[in-house]
Amino acid sequence: MSIQATPAALSRFQEHRLFRLASGARGWVLPVALLLLWQALAQGGLIAVNVLPAPSAVALAGWESLRSGELVQNMWVSTLRALAGLAVGGLIGFGLGIANGLSRAVNDVTDTTLQMVRNVPHLALIPLVILWFGIGEESKLFLVALGVFFPIYINTLHGVRSVDPQLIEMARAYEMSSGALFRRVILPGALPSIFVGLRFALGIMWLTLIVAETIAAESGLGHMAMQAREFLLVDVVVLAILIYALLGKLADIITQFGERAALRWHPAFQKEGAR
Amino acid sequence: MSVTALRIYPRPVEADEEPVSGIALTLSGVGRSFDTKNVLSALDLHVPAGQFVAIVGRSGCGKSTLLRLLADLDQPSEGRIELAASGSAGAPARIMFQEPRLLPWQSVVQNVEVGLPVGLDRHDRREKALGFLDEVGLEDRAGDWPSVLSGGQKQRVALARALASRPGLLLLDEPLGALDALTRIEMQALLERVWREQRFTAVLVTHDVTEALALADRVILLDGGRITLDMEVPLPRPRRRGTAELARLEGRVLEHLFEANTARDEVAHG
Repeated sequence: MSIQATPAALSRFQEHRLFRLASGARGWVLPVALLLLWQALAQGGLIAVNVLPAPSAVALAGWESLRSGELVQNMWVSTLRALAGLAVGGLIGFGLGIANGLSRAVNDVTDTTLQMVRNVPHLALIPLVILWFGIGEESKLFLVALGVFFPIYINTLHGVRSVDPQLIEMARAYEMSSGALFRRVILPGALPSIFVGLRFALGIMWLTLIVAETIAAESGLGHMAMQAREFLLVDVVVLAILIYALLGKLADIITQFGERAALRWHPAFQKEGAR
Repeated sequence: MSVTALRIYPRPVEADEEPVSGIALTLSGVGRSFDTKNVLSALDLHVPAGQFVAIVGRSGCGKSTLLRLLADLDQPSEGRIELAASGSAGAPARIMFQEPRLLPWQSVVQNVEVGLPVGLDRHDRREKALGFLDEVGLEDRAGDWPSVLSGGQKQRVALARALASRPGLLLLDEPLGALDALTRIEMQALLERVWREQRFTAVLVTHDVTEALALADRVILLDGGRITLDMEVPLPRPRRRGTAELARLEGRVLEHLFEANTARDEVAHG
C-alpha cells in the first residue's frame, strides 16, 4: 500500500485536531529536551549536586513542598499579591491613559510628570518603600502597582491616540453621542494596543513581585527561595525559579485567550478560523 | 464577474416606510480659505429638494471642501449655507466617504445600525438594519466582519448605513472612486435606484464625468473654487450607458473643462 501525500490530503491532515495540537506542542520540545539533558548531565556527575541538583531532585522537593501545603500556600499568597497589584496599577494606568488620550488639557498637565517618574527604575524605590510600609502587604502592592502602571498607561494612551481619525469623523457625521463614540469607536480601536500593554505588564508584575518578596516579605515564593538559600536547599531554590517560569507562561496564555476573544474582528486573529 | 451578472436589486416592500422628502440647499456667497489659500470663493448655488446634483472637477478644485461644508464637518470662512427640509422634519444630512469607514470590530449588520436613529429597542434595530442590508443586496452577509468583504461590498454596507438614517440629503464624496469598473457600474445602478425610491436630495462629488452624467439631473463644473458650468442633464431614467446623447453631453463638459484650463494657462504665461 502506498501513501501519497497529495496537497489536498496534506491540508486535510493539517486541519486535523491532532496536528493542530501537535503544532501547539512544538514550543515545548526545546524546554523538555533541555530538561532531559540537564537530568543526564546531573546523573552522570558532570554537574555537582550542590551547584545544580538534578530535575528529579527538584521534582522531589516540589512534591514534598506540595504535600506539606507550603508550596500551595506560598503560590497562593504570591498570586494574590500579583493580581491585586495588577488590578490597582492597571486600572490607574488605564484610566489615565484614556483621560490623556482623549483630553489634550489633562495630558498637558500630567504627561511631563508621568514621563519623569517613568524613568526612575521602580525597584530603586525598595529601600524607601520598606521605610514607608515595612515588609507588610502594602509594600508589595505598591511596587507591583507602580511597575504595571507604566506599560498599561503608555499603551492605552498610544491606543487611544492611534484610533483611525476617519472613523471618529464618521461617528461625528452620524451624530453619535460621546458615550457611544467611546464605547463603539475609541475603546475597541485602542484595545489591541491595550493588550500589548497588558502583556508587558504581566512580565513586570512577576519580576517586581519576586524581587520585592526576596527582599521584604515573610511569605510567598520569593520568601520561600530566600529561606531555602539560608539552609542551602539548592533544590528548593531551583524549584522556585521554575515555578516563576511556569506562572509567567500561564499568565501569558490567559492573556492570549483574552486577546483572541476580544479581537475576533482583527484580521490577524481570523486566519486560524478561516483556514 | 461578467456584465450579465450585474445584479438588479429587487425592491423590498416596506409598508411602514413612506419616502422622505429631500432637503433644499441654498449657498450664498460661500467661501473657504485655508491660511491664505482660497479654496472656494463667493459660491452661489441653489439645489431644489430631491434633485441629484453632480459636482465635477479636477483634483484640488475645491469639490471635496464644498462637500465637507455641506456635511457640517467644516465651517465656511464666509457666506451662508442653508438647509431647508421640505416635508418630514428631522431628516438628516448624511455623507458617504470615499473610504467605506466601517467599524472593523462590529459585524456588518451592527455597522448598519450605526445609521439608525437612537431610541429603538434592540430587536427593532436589528430588524430595520437587516431591511436596509437587503436593500443593497447583502442580507446574507449580516453576521460577517467587514474585513472579509470586498471593496464594493463594503461601500454597499456604507450605503445601507447612510440609508438607515433616512437622509433628506445624501452627500457622496467619490464613494465609488476606489472600485473596479464593473463594480462601479453596479453601484451606480444601485445608487440611482435607491435615490429614485427615496427622493432624497443627492450631491455627488466626482472627477469622473461619465459617472456624473449617468447619475445626476444636473452637472456643475467647479474650477479654481468657482462654478464654471451649470448644466441640466435631460436624459430619461433609469439612465442607459453608451448612448449618443450621453456622449454628446460628456463632450460638452470635457470641452468646457479643458477650455477653462487653456484660458487659465494663457493668462499665466502671456
